Amino acid sequence: MLQKDILVIGAGPAGLAASIEAGKLGASVLLVDLNMQPGGQLFKQIHKFFGSSAHRSGTRGYDIGKQLLTEANEANVEIWMQSTVIGIFPGNKIAIEKGFDDGKKEIITLQANKIIIATGASENAIRFKGWTTPGVMGAGAAQTMINVNHVKPGQKIVMLGTGNVGLIVSYQLMQAGCDVVTLVDAAPKIGGYAVHAAKICRAGVPIRLQHTIIEAIKGTDGCVSGCVIAKVDEHFQPIPGTEETIDCDTITLAAGLKPTMDLVKLAGCELTYNGVFGGYIPLHNERMETSCKGVYVAGDTTGVEEANTALEEGKIAGISAAEDLGLISSETAGQYRKEIWERLHALRLGPFGEKRMVEKEAIMKQYKEKIGAPEPIL
Amino acid sequence: MALINTGYLEYEELKNIQTLPDEERYQKGPVAVIECVQEIPCNPCEAACHLGAITIGNPITNLPTLSGDKCIGCGMCVARCPGLAIIIVDKTYSDTTAAISFPFEYYPTPVVGEERNAMNRKGEIVCRGKIIKVVNPNSYDHTPVVTVEIPKEYSDDVRTIERI
Amino acid sequence: MCLRVDNHVILDCKHPNKEVEISVDGKPIRAYEGEPILAAVLNAGIKINRYTVKRKEPRGLFCGIGQCTDCAMVVDGKANVRTCITPVKAGMVIKTQNGLSKGA
Repeated sequence: MLQKDILVIGAGPAGLAASIEAGKLGASVLLVDLNMQPGGQLFKQIHKFFGSSAHRSGTRGYDIGKQLLTEANEANVEIWMQSTVIGIFPGNKIAIEKGFDDGKKEIITLQANKIIIATGASENAIRFKGWTTPGVMGAGAAQTMINVNHVKPGQKIVMLGTGNVGLIVSYQLMQAGCDVVTLVDAAPKIGGYAVHAAKICRAGVPIRLQHTIIEAIKGTDGCVSGCVIAKVDEHFQPIPGTEETIDCDTITLAAGLKPTMDLVKLAGCELTYNGVFGGYIPLHNERMETSCKGVYVAGDTTGVEEANTALEEGKIAGISAAEDLGLISSETAGQYRKEIWERLHALRLGPFGEKRMVEKEAIMKQYKEKIGAPEPIL
Repeated sequence: MALINTGYLEYEELKNIQTLPDEERYQKGPVAVIECVQEIPCNPCEAACHLGAITIGNPITNLPTLSGDKCIGCGMCVARCPGLAIIIVDKTYSDTTAAISFPFEYYPTPVVGEERNAMNRKGEIVCRGKIIKVVNPNSYDHTPVVTVEIPKEYSDDVRTIERI
Repeated sequence: MCLRVDNHVILDCKHPNKEVEISVDGKPIRAYEGEPILAAVLNAGIKINRYTVKRKEPRGLFCGIGQCTDCAMVVDGKANVRTCITPVKAGMVIKTQNGLSKGA
């Protein structure tokens, strides 16, 4: 059986950062991901990132992705793409369906001393009449198509949701040459950053708050040919008589994300529900270790945030795994973690961040009370 | 705050949140106008200004403040702001016109001499404008900064040009 | 219909790989080697990838990152291939999938 010091699952910002830290400290690291290219969602982020200079702010997401891939290479991280973890067993034995360039797949088993799960998050769907019609898709899906694959999902777009994803993707759809007809949100307030909303407004695209989509209209070709929107009352219920039909060929849904829990559950990590972080998440401590000894988590899997926080949490997970392998003293590891936590705190300030700061602390407290010391995978 | 209900702020509302240049400063030449109104974790503008005219400090969620005395309206901060929230306003461009420099990341990038509709924060057409400068060096990382000449009375309103 | 993003201020949209031909339901379409099958199919104006088992309803691009399976098609005789995470190779024979197609 193949042996590795650390298996990292998910090659997004968190997984890459974890792999790089652990690799630099001398661990043998295997990083697996089911997608075609590493980088997770970084390569579709073509906007300049917020954050501080320590977070390479002002740099576009894809450039941060490129930089991480170079660093991963320098840290001797082995990367398997198109490869899916399909089993996690006691003794940290793992089954992976490994993909090869010629399209073939093979089941490989390996034993990894430590496991870092950074499987990210997936988009929430919003259900309305006709929501499964081709042409209705996640906002992230549309973003992948334009920015990574350079193909427009359609020409005329209606965006549901005004959080940062809805606002940023609307802007990027316009940059790709699509016509964004309107943004619709049931909430009475814009959810995302004002500066993102301001870009949409000055481009002349109307944002309809307290509105929702009640139906996707199916054209003769079986695909979206329009949608019906309506005003909603304070209980988010459509108000009869306020319906309006809008011509479009694409409806993009930006209704938030939820952490991807499949492998965390498979490993048997203890979960907790947290609305602020998007749903069920694994309980973890300040070392990013779960209730399972030697199993760490990082990034959106620990609660939906953003790439900067994912990078920082990934570093913590990588350092903690290396510490538990004896590659770095606890004192040095602790010092590194302290610095990273300070940067994480800075990212969780302000009206958009405070809630996450409070909830993160609550999760760590819950870990202490409920778990105390982690136990091996059963 | 109107902003979270509409997505944009009027100039008068902005004044209550941000330190905008006063009329005296505007009369001295080009100056940065920072339309950043929420405490979000972001500070590249502070490092972008070599003259130390922009201050955020700690924590990084502080709103930026502009020192009008130090700012020379060079525009280094315009392309660096991830939120595309900084513009340069020159109310001294001529007796009757002002020059507004703003980031413009849509295709096609306008060319000098071109005329386009100038738009306000709401996306309404305010007036016609003439493109007088387009800069896009490598250091701007694909954020062209476009300067449009417009009638002076619209200098607090015009913030971009129409996409074509 | 062509949905390629050809002009962009930020992105370089030139595809690094060579253009090849693949077929969808017997119709030849142009594609770039290595791009997701879904991207080539969508660019050709095909938005329906499969029909559901019971109600025979059309499905197409939904998540774009290999999680939802709505874009599954029959590729070179193999059913249930997630076209959003499967790269194009020259000469691929692709078919719209009906229900739980057994392939071929």
